[in-house]
Amino acid sequence: MSGKVSLHYFNGRGKMESIRWLLTVAEVEFDEFHLTTRDQYQKLLDDGSLMFQQVPLVEIDGMKLVQTKAILHYIAEKYNLYGKDIKERVMINMYSEGLMDLMEMMMILPFVSDTKPKLDNILTKANERYLPVFEKALSGSVYLVGGKLSLADVLLLECTLMLEEKFPAILAEFPNTKAFQGRMSRIPAISRFLQPGSKRKPQPDEHYKKTVMEVFNLTTLNL
Amino acid sequence: MSEKVILHYFNARGKMESIRWLLTVAEVEFDEVYLTTRDQYLKLLDDGSLMFQQVPMVEIDGMKLVQTKAILHYIAEKYSLYGKDIKERVMINMYSEGLMDLMEMIMIHAFVSGTKAKLDDILTKAKERYLPVYEKALSGPVYLVGGKLSLADVQLLECTLMLEEKFPAILADFPNTKAFQGRMSQIPSISRFLQPGSKRKPQPDEKIKKTVMETFLTFIVIS
Repeated sequence: MSGKVSLHYFNGRGKMESIRWLLTVAEVEFDEFHLTTRDQYQKLLDDGSLMFQQVPLVEIDGMKLVQTKAILHYIAEKYNLYGKDIKERVMINMYSEGLMDLMEMMMILPFVSDTKPKLDNILTKANERYLPVFEKALSGSVYLVGGKLSLADVLLLECTLMLEEKFPAILAEFPNTKAFQGRMSRIPAISRFLQPGSKRKPQPDEHYKKTVMEVFNLTTLNL
Repeated sequence: MSEKVILHYFNARGKMESIRWLLTVAEVEFDEVYLTTRDQYLKLLDDGSLMFQQVPMVEIDGMKLVQTKAILHYIAEKYSLYGKDIKERVMINMYSEGLMDLMEMIMIHAFVSGTKAKLDDILTKAKERYLPVYEKALSGPVYLVGGKLSLADVQLLECTLMLEEKFPAILADFPNTKAFQGRMSQIPSISRFLQPGSKRKPQPDEKIKKTVMETFLTFIVIS
């Protein structure tokens, strides 16, 4: 039984964006419920929809899934984007976890008062810790793991696009990764996702930050 | 071919402790190589042993695995502690991710100042956000998912023991969870792990904090 897939989150990227990317690549249609007020959040809580009182929440296959990584692994496994065996899976997971660490650094930027040192750190880490790994993995390979599209490839694309928004020339030193980006962008589902009017969310702005703080009743985020 | 499993980390709990727990429950023997100086860390880096320049690193089955969650999922899947199908796996992952969020709060708490506020927050989150979920899941079932021991059960045990070290009476209001703890502690490999002299690490102290800071040349441990 294939029911509708519904996403519950803010009208912004945050932790839900990787899930939007993965569903898109898997060619799974989804609806979105955007959290705009505290009352809506309170209702989700009162309904018992949020296992740990947190979003993202994804309604899929009769379940209410929370925890970004649990959701990503479910979708990846269901739609064959998760390798063919345990060894491929651990490679996909190592790459994915690294990429999610890097993307998290960028995700928190709207909530940080002094962004310059954070941006410097992101650039250094990207150039020295993360991009070299993927550059090496892609010398000779079309995809990161097992010669087949996986969760890791989707996250690498998402991450490199996010990096270029902050540091436009960052892939100049990483030609394999740039070429990978080009190949991935031509996949029809991805190409459509990159067009205006798709479900891809724009970079976060003041309005997004304000909404998050209000919905969660936060005066400060200890970041 | 079953080679030796070797853990590379500080002589402390940190992010490696969940891995120690899981290997123990899976009855997999392992050796440990402790990081005590910056030079050792630099050697691991120069050897190319750390995919993202980070520990934990686990040598297993001819691979050098990094990223705690990638490692945990590899071990869980290999030793049949990861459910029997995709739906059980997503339940295990949701429970597991929640527990790791909570344990991470406790882990960070050891390294930051202003400890009182953080401790109160941990207690509140444990009692209001996390423990009720497991209490409910364990009313009736012996294990969290699918009537069988899994990664989620191991982490729930680890987490509740960590909580009791900070808040001795915390499980008074959570009888199912307390009973679960009792049952788990009677499993022979776990019972041995809880004895003095086992590979279980003690709570972090000033010495370990100093070693970590010196190894990474940092004043801020969690970046």
